[in-house]
Amino acid sequence: MDLALLSALNAERAARRATVLVTETASGVQRLVKEADLAADPLAALLDKQLRSGKSGAVEAEGVSYFLTVQAPPPRVVVTGAVHISQAMAPMAEMLDLDLAIIDPRTAFATPERFPGVTLLPEWPDEAIKTLGLDGYTAFVALTHDPKIDDPGLEAALRSECFYIGALGSRKTHGRRVERLMAAGFDEVAIGRIHAPIGLDIGAVSPAEIALAILGEIVSTLRGPRRHLS
Amino acid sequence: MISTDSDILATAETWAKDGRGVALATVVETWGSAPRPVGSHLVIDGEGNFLGSVSGGCVEGAVVTEAVDVIADGKSRTLEFGVADEAAWKVGLSCGGRIKVYVERILAEEAN
Repeated sequence: MDLALLSALNAERAARRATVLVTETASGVQRLVKEADLAADPLAALLDKQLRSGKSGAVEAEGVSYFLTVQAPPPRVVVTGAVHISQAMAPMAEMLDLDLAIIDPRTAFATPERFPGVTLLPEWPDEAIKTLGLDGYTAFVALTHDPKIDDPGLEAALRSECFYIGALGSRKTHGRRVERLMAAGFDEVAIGRIHAPIGLDIGAVSPAEIALAILGEIVSTLRGPRRHLS
Repeated sequence: MISTDSDILATAETWAKDGRGVALATVVETWGSAPRPVGSHLVIDGEGNFLGSVSGGCVEGAVVTEAVDVIADGKSRTLEFGVADEAAWKVGLSCGGRIKVYVERILAEEAN
C-alpha cells in the first residue's frame, strides 16, 4: 500500500468520515474511495453494500476478485453528566476503542482532575452538541438525573441518527421524562428509541457496574447479539 | 498497551514516515470460530516489532516472520492458517478455525 493512501485513510478516519479501501486481489492494485465519492465509483453498488454492513470482506465483480477494507468512523459515546458513573466509564470506553465526550455545564463536576484525558465540554448540551455533532456512529447517554441538563441532550439525540440513546433513572423518573418529551412534540416511536431503564440487566449496583451495563448495551446495539438459544 | 485498529493504522503511518520498513497484515477471510474478524490488522516493522493482532496471539509469530520477508523483497503474499495445514497446526489456531491473512509492504516512495 502506498504511504500516501494510508495517510489519506487515516485523515478520513480522524475526520469521522467513512472510506473503503479497494484491493484487487490478484494484482494488489489499490484505491481509496471516500464516502462522498462512492456514488461515482464503478463498484458503487458493491461498495455501498459493504459500507452499510460496516464489515470488511471479499467480493467479486465481472470475474475480478476484490478485498474491501471498510473504515467506518470509530464509534463515539456522548454523555451528559460528569458524574461518578461516567468517571468509571472513561477508562472502560478507552479500552473498547469508544471515543468518549462528557458534557456538563456544572463546572465543579466537569474538571480535568476528575476526568484525566477525557474530552470535557463544560457547557449546556444544546451548545456542546452543536460543536460535536451527532452522527450514526454516535451513542448518546443521559446520566445527570437533572431534566434541565438531560432533556436538551435527549431532544438533540432524538432528532439525530444516533445508533443508541439511553437515559438513567427509575421507571417513575422515565415516565415523567416521557411526558415532557411528548409535550415537546416527540411521538411514541421516537421516544421508544430511548433505552430506559438504561443498560443490560446484570443487576448492576456500583457506579462501575452500571457503567459496564451501559457500555455492554451500547456494544450489543452496535454489533448485535450472535448467540442464539436453540 | 492495548491497541485498537485506529492505533494500528496510525502507527503504520508513523513508522513508515520515520523511514522504517513497514508491512501491514490484514485478515481477509475466516472460516469456523476464528478469533479476530475479517479486516483486523497487524502492523510489523523490519525489526519484527509489531502492534495489533490477527488471531488473538496464535499465529502472530508466523505472520511477523513472513512480514519481515515481505518488507525485504516488497512482494505481497497471502498466508493461510488452520487445522488442515500441519505447519499451521504447529503455530496453532487451537480454536479449530482457519484464517487467511494478506501481508503487504507500505511503500513510502512518492514515485509509486
